[in-house]
Amino acid sequence: MNLTLRIWRQRGPEDRGAMVTYELADVSPDMSFLEMLDVLNERLILEGEDPVAFDHDCREGICGMCGMVINGQAHGPRDRTTTCQLHMREFADGDVIDVEPWRAAAFPVMRDLVVDRSGFDRIIGSGGYISVVTGSAPEAHSTPVPKPIADAAFDNATCIGCGACVAACPNGSAMLFTSAKVTHLNLLPQGAPERESRVRDMVAQMDEEGFGGCTNTGECTVACPKGIPLTSIGNLNREYLRALTKR
Amino acid sequence: MPETTSLGSGGSAYWTVGDDIADTAAPDGPIETRWDRRKFSAKLVNPANRRKHTVIVVGTGLAGGAAGATLAEQGYNVIQFCFQDSPRRAHSIAAQGGINAAKNYRNDGDSVYRLFYDTVKGGDFRARESNVYRLAQISTQIIDQCVAQGVPFAREYSGLLDTRSFGGVQVQRTFYARGQTGQQLLIGAYQALSRQIDAGAVEMHPRTEMLDLIVIDGRARGIVARDLVTGKITPYLADAVVLATGGYGNVFFLSTNAKGSNTTATWRAHRRGALFANPCYTQIHPTCIPRSGEYQGKLTLMSESLRNDGRIWVPKQKGDTRSPDQIPEAERDYYLERIYPAFGNLVPRDIASRAAKYQCDDGRGVGPGGLGVYLDFADAIKRMGEDKVREKYGNLFEMYERITGEDPYKVPMRIYPAVHYTMGGLWVDYDLQSSIPGLFVVGEANFSDHGANRLGASALMQGLADGYFVLPPMLGNYIASTKLGSVSLDDPAVTSVIGEVTGRLGRLLEINGDRTPDSFHRELGELIWDECGMGRTEAGLRKALARIPELREEFWRRVKVPGDSGELNQSLEKANRIADFLEFGELLCIDALHRAESCGGHFREESQTPDGEALRDDEHFAYAAAWEYTGGAPVLHREPLQFDYVHLAQRNYS
Ligand SMILES: Cc1cc2nc3c(=O)[nH]c(=O)nc-3n(C[C@H](O)[C@H](O)[C@H](O)COP(=O)(O)OP(=O)(O)OC[C@H]3O[C@@H](n4cnc5c(N)ncnc54)[C@H](O)[C@@H]3O)c2cc1C
Ligand code: SF4
Ligand code: FES
Repeated sequence: MNLTLRIWRQRGPEDRGAMVTYELADVSPDMSFLEMLDVLNERLILEGEDPVAFDHDCREGICGMCGMVINGQAHGPRDRTTTCQLHMREFADGDVIDVEPWRAAAFPVMRDLVVDRSGFDRIIGSGGYISVVTGSAPEAHSTPVPKPIADAAFDNATCIGCGACVAACPNGSAMLFTSAKVTHLNLLPQGAPERESRVRDMVAQMDEEGFGGCTNTGECTVACPKGIPLTSIGNLNREYLRALTKR
Repeated sequence: MPETTSLGSGGSAYWTVGDDIADTAAPDGPIETRWDRRKFSAKLVNPANRRKHTVIVVGTGLAGGAAGATLAEQGYNVIQFCFQDSPRRAHSIAAQGGINAAKNYRNDGDSVYRLFYDTVKGGDFRARESNVYRLAQISTQIIDQCVAQGVPFAREYSGLLDTRSFGGVQVQRTFYARGQTGQQLLIGAYQALSRQIDAGAVEMHPRTEMLDLIVIDGRARGIVARDLVTGKITPYLADAVVLATGGYGNVFFLSTNAKGSNTTATWRAHRRGALFANPCYTQIHPTCIPRSGEYQGKLTLMSESLRNDGRIWVPKQKGDTRSPDQIPEAERDYYLERIYPAFGNLVPRDIASRAAKYQCDDGRGVGPGGLGVYLDFADAIKRMGEDKVREKYGNLFEMYERITGEDPYKVPMRIYPAVHYTMGGLWVDYDLQSSIPGLFVVGEANFSDHGANRLGASALMQGLADGYFVLPPMLGNYIASTKLGSVSLDDPAVTSVIGEVTGRLGRLLEINGDRTPDSFHRELGELIWDECGMGRTEAGLRKALARIPELREEFWRRVKVPGDSGELNQSLEKANRIADFLEFGELLCIDALHRAESCGGHFREESQTPDGEALRDDEHFAYAAAWEYTGGAPVLHREPLQFDYVHLAQRNYS
């Protein structure tokens, strides 16, 4: 199929960017979206132009490195699918496809479709862990964890830290991301000792990074490729209140 | 050592033979207590002195993440690097199936000894017994550590941990977190690392790539790295350097590795004097999604846990183009179950991969180009119901559907082997120290524990064993027992490495030729897949060895790298990695040529049993091949392997 791509090009963080149009012919429906961009980039290099910079690594939907806004939707049109797992069979011959970076105050653009998501790492560093010095762990079976709890913790732990939730949110809020980690760790008996400090510190860091507040629009969970539910945000709010009252 | 063929291991125009080497760090005596005795004999660094010592850790996968977090907890200053935008994105994140540990929670006859035995045998007797035994011992502690960190492993209704069996073994010792075990383990290590970054104990440099190693007075003292955002080249100095940079599977271009996985760190260290061991031991994974077209950028693994419940088959008739549901039971060949009745679909990876290749070479392959075999869940769905299948494999089925557009609950999956893991790597002793003092290598980047073939779910185990438990005391021993002079940034050794690095990047940008970096990578990958992939022959390897230098020469004449070096420039990153693959690929083929036997993942077609199984030649090749860089023909150093516990025997899975 033949496509018209309109892609955000921006040379560096200080530069003003613009949408640039490219025509791409003979795109196979079996290509992934990133393979389609690879093909475009090969052509641009030979034409002496700078290829489009975009982040990616695993191309299996698990590292969380890829991410672009495709036709206004974070990670594109397919539900629960990262950009790298999106395939061109979702599009039709003659389509015009807009490709933009994540847009959020806390995710500055570094080049083209590449943004700085390091705020996420600092949120985790502020409390998204269980403090256990290597070698000091008790025997794994000393604390059974009921299966429903273990499964719920796992579901929240599947967050890949891609940032689509922030990009989709009109406020640029990181609530879904933060709530997934708080829920994962606070549900588990191993996470209980740091339960209050964890949620307090992570929420404080989230604010410090310049992520917006949550107004319950629910866009985040729609965009989330891992299906982290809105109930996790509810849980974060409860954990936060609980921690405040316990102070 | 006598020669085996006219070529043998005795040298040729392609290599020369140097002195044998030995692993002098491993204690002898009873294998059960070797690790305890090694730790006891190791010197300790007083906790108060640790903060005076700086350690560089390159890589944040399971091995590097675990190492950085643990060293920082112990009080060392850690400077750590990864090329992704966050340490959480290292390639380890993609591991699906699980992690082995000899917990014997199932009471099914497992033990440390059995895990040791299985690993030595699975590795086709090309790994060191001492290392493997230690790995099996440590395996149980890893599970404890990860559970305490909050890793949400699969559990049973009792609340206790669930386990499953994995390729090549008959006990259920594999712990898992649905189909994303690597993700959960890595997030555990990443969180521990993040805690140390927040505490200021680790100085983390994401989006920063090591481009060379600094060696001063024969010791590893630092690295030169490029900030991938600004392009700035910076030297970093330390008392010791740890490489945790993963495997070199992407020399094949198409592999299941993440796109950025590369060999630059290990290859540059090799050029600075670190021996590279067994590069020809590469693992081809039997269950990957077949490629769909020329544009294909990478291959996707379907976890081998699928082989627990899926049945592999091809049509009995050659060139049968009927859709699978039109092929009656009697006209299907469940060839693994037929040829290997004891292990069936669970035979080790190398055997399953080769068997698939034979079926396809023989004209029974399915799907585009006949490069595929079926992995069928119809019986499993009948037996346990679709819900149970979904619970176990849901995310893998979804991934398959996204990529192929086919629904595996209804139509059998199509799979084909793909490069997946590399057993070879930098040579290390029992302490995980390379042949350059002060340079330690952990995880897939080293060659240590898997011999010629790695068993499923053992890489995660090894990465975490190295990072959490083996490296920290051995690194302490090095620091405590070595008088390290101070080095400064204007040391001539530092400035000359910086000069070489910048010079090389400059050259890549100046060529301004007419071929893209990827076009060279693809061509190299195809050549190596054809001649040094699932089956290798002397003639094919010679062909590859004639072609690679030409390709390299062409690369340095015709590559086109746009942009400049002082900015985010992904083409430059790629080109620089490909330049190293073009050198490394040659050593890979030389190693494969010299090893005129078949073992594990290295299948020399000249060396097979009458039934087509790998035929080892223990008399001539029971050694690890450690290569020394010379700039010309590399020098082979053999480390003879001794088997005191596991009796050397031909593997037999039938
Ligand atoms: C799809 C897939 C599934 C797998 N499933 C399993 C499984 O179920 N069980 C199992 O046991 N094993 C599995 N494996 C194997 C296993 O995942 C890997 O062997 C293991 O994770 C490697 O870990 P590592 O820490 O050594 O390296 P990696 O995770 O590869 O990490 C390498 C790190 O080094 C950094 N790096 C590399 N070069 C540089 C440089 N020059 N400068 C700076 N940083 C650098 C990277 O940024 C990264 O942080 C699987 C592998 C694949 C491909
Ligand atoms: S919550 Fe979902 S969208 Fe947000 S970072 Fe995690 S996986 Fe991505
Ligand atoms: S590239 Fe890893 S999630 Fe898309």
